[in-house]
Amino acid sequence: MSNHLIEFKNVYKQFDTTEALQDINLYIDSNEFLTLLGPSGCGKSTLLRLIAGFEDPTEGSILFEGKDLISIPPYKRPINTVFQKYALFPHMDVYENIAFGLKIKKMDKKEIDKKVMRVLELVNLKSFHDRSVDSLSGGQQQRIAIARAIVNEPSVLLLDEPLAALDLKLRQGMQIELKNMQKELGITFVYVTHDQEEALTMSDTIVVMKEGKIQQIGTPVDIYNEPKNAYVANFIGESNIIDGIMNEDFSVTFLGRNFECVDKGFELNEPVDVVIRPEDIIISDENPDILNGIIESVTFKGVHYEMIVNTGEYKWTIHNTIMRPEGSRVGISVKPFDIHIMKK
Amino acid sequence: MFKKYLVYPHLFWMLVFVLVPILLVLVYSFETTGLNGEAIFTLENYQKLVDANYLNIFIRSVYLAVISSIICLALGYPISVILANREKRTGKSGLVWIFILPMWMNMLLRTYSWLTILEKNGILNNLLELLNLPQVNILYTSGAVVLGMVYNFLPFMILPIYSVLIKIDNSIIEAAEDLGANSFTVFSKVTLPLSIPGVVSGVTMVFLPAVTTFIISKLLGGGHYMLIGNLIENQFLVADNWNFGSAISILMMVLILLSMAITNVFEKDTSTEKKGGKK
Repeated sequence: MSNHLIEFKNVYKQFDTTEALQDINLYIDSNEFLTLLGPSGCGKSTLLRLIAGFEDPTEGSILFEGKDLISIPPYKRPINTVFQKYALFPHMDVYENIAFGLKIKKMDKKEIDKKVMRVLELVNLKSFHDRSVDSLSGGQQQRIAIARAIVNEPSVLLLDEPLAALDLKLRQGMQIELKNMQKELGITFVYVTHDQEEALTMSDTIVVMKEGKIQQIGTPVDIYNEPKNAYVANFIGESNIIDGIMNEDFSVTFLGRNFECVDKGFELNEPVDVVIRPEDIIISDENPDILNGIIESVTFKGVHYEMIVNTGEYKWTIHNTIMRPEGSRVGISVKPFDIHIMKK
Repeated sequence: MFKKYLVYPHLFWMLVFVLVPILLVLVYSFETTGLNGEAIFTLENYQKLVDANYLNIFIRSVYLAVISSIICLALGYPISVILANREKRTGKSGLVWIFILPMWMNMLLRTYSWLTILEKNGILNNLLELLNLPQVNILYTSGAVVLGMVYNFLPFMILPIYSVLIKIDNSIIEAAEDLGANSFTVFSKVTLPLSIPGVVSGVTMVFLPAVTTFIISKLLGGGHYMLIGNLIENQFLVADNWNFGSAISILMMVLILLSMAITNVFEKDTSTEKKGGKK
């Protein structure tokens, strides 16, 4: 007997000949903000649609509070969805859209009125109740879509890239609002996005996916600092990924040099991916003891400069707040702690 | 600008073949021929329209067209739903062509073929005889006229409804399900209201040709069921009374403009509700 709210056990989903999801094992807890992160086509939306009930898995089981979820039709699930393109009803005004679910439940008219006004307040659109949906901006439509879902007080709220269509400033504002809303309402959020920054900002748990498979499940800090493989490392933030060979515990060779590292437990001469974050590389003056190269390009990124350093065999991406001019020769080094070794 | 001149051929065409004839019909309808062959202004052509005989014909035309529109809607709506759902599910649009295909064949030919099916020793009765069933004589009844109308104009009902349904985003249907609506509620609260513009234009596109047809009633009604169209044809070709024929034509045009105005009101209703919102 598990205490998890939703549990996926060996779930597979096939569309015609394509394998959309493979061997998904995942649990979601109450009050958790869980993000499914991956590029388009990785199966994250399919996973969400399985929870909503719009698709059935080809194999495996999905449990909700320990009971089978698959046999329950979508309209009976205590789960509501915020769709990517909002999917507001165009023939209804804002009030009718939000009241839709409550009216179906045959709730008392006064009760509906109270609830609709309360969620409108929550999304800061109280004066918009009699507006038509088409007269709203993208951000406002998004809030209405959220209001329409949470007014039903679901135990789980599914969000399918809800902020993808908004501009950066609005998106950042909504991220904070969503996170606050989730804390305030105590609803489990399952959030789908391809934006790693969004995932890191909002989530309690991130599930990184690729080609229908789960790559890593963990907290944002875990996933950023201890990516399980080169794919996750590259997807979460920028990375330099170099082919290397493990000599022995705590020693790795790449680009023809030996480096001290903190990883162990690999086989002798095992080929590995060496992952180094751009902000972990130290730039100094030329020095025969370390890697040397020429700065090929410098781009100002706001807080830091992004510099590309060519050391002959590899072009390094380096982030630093101090700029070195293009064309200058520099030496680069990394602390053993910042060299991450991953199995191929 | 050279582009401006490109519109002139079209303008010329519209002027000579549309505007002038309509004006001529209007002028004719207010005239009668005097003893010496001169044209005299009169209102008597219009006064004749309210004569019980003619009034009956108008009422019958509208009645049969209404019946046909209702039957087309009752048949066409479910077909459109099935076609649209199938296409949304499979992404293939092949089945629609079965309903569009007959539209490309001459209506006269298609109506004639019903003649051979329905006549006394026609295909239908032969088939019934083969099955030892009593024969039926529906040719030259109002039923045959309605059948002909429904057969000919059904695609005009299906197409607009189908194209409205196919445009309804699937996520809107899913959103309704997600909010607790079972398939019946999804239909009554979402699909049906969103498809009303298609229904309105479908009904117009069936009603208008049905109320003005003369081929179908002539062939399948056998002259027993004179409709407005037949009356106009008779006045021009048989009775040689162009003035009265023109007056009926004007009446018919008014009828058409009226139903188009009704359609417009409906369409405006749905579009203003979308844009302006209720105050």
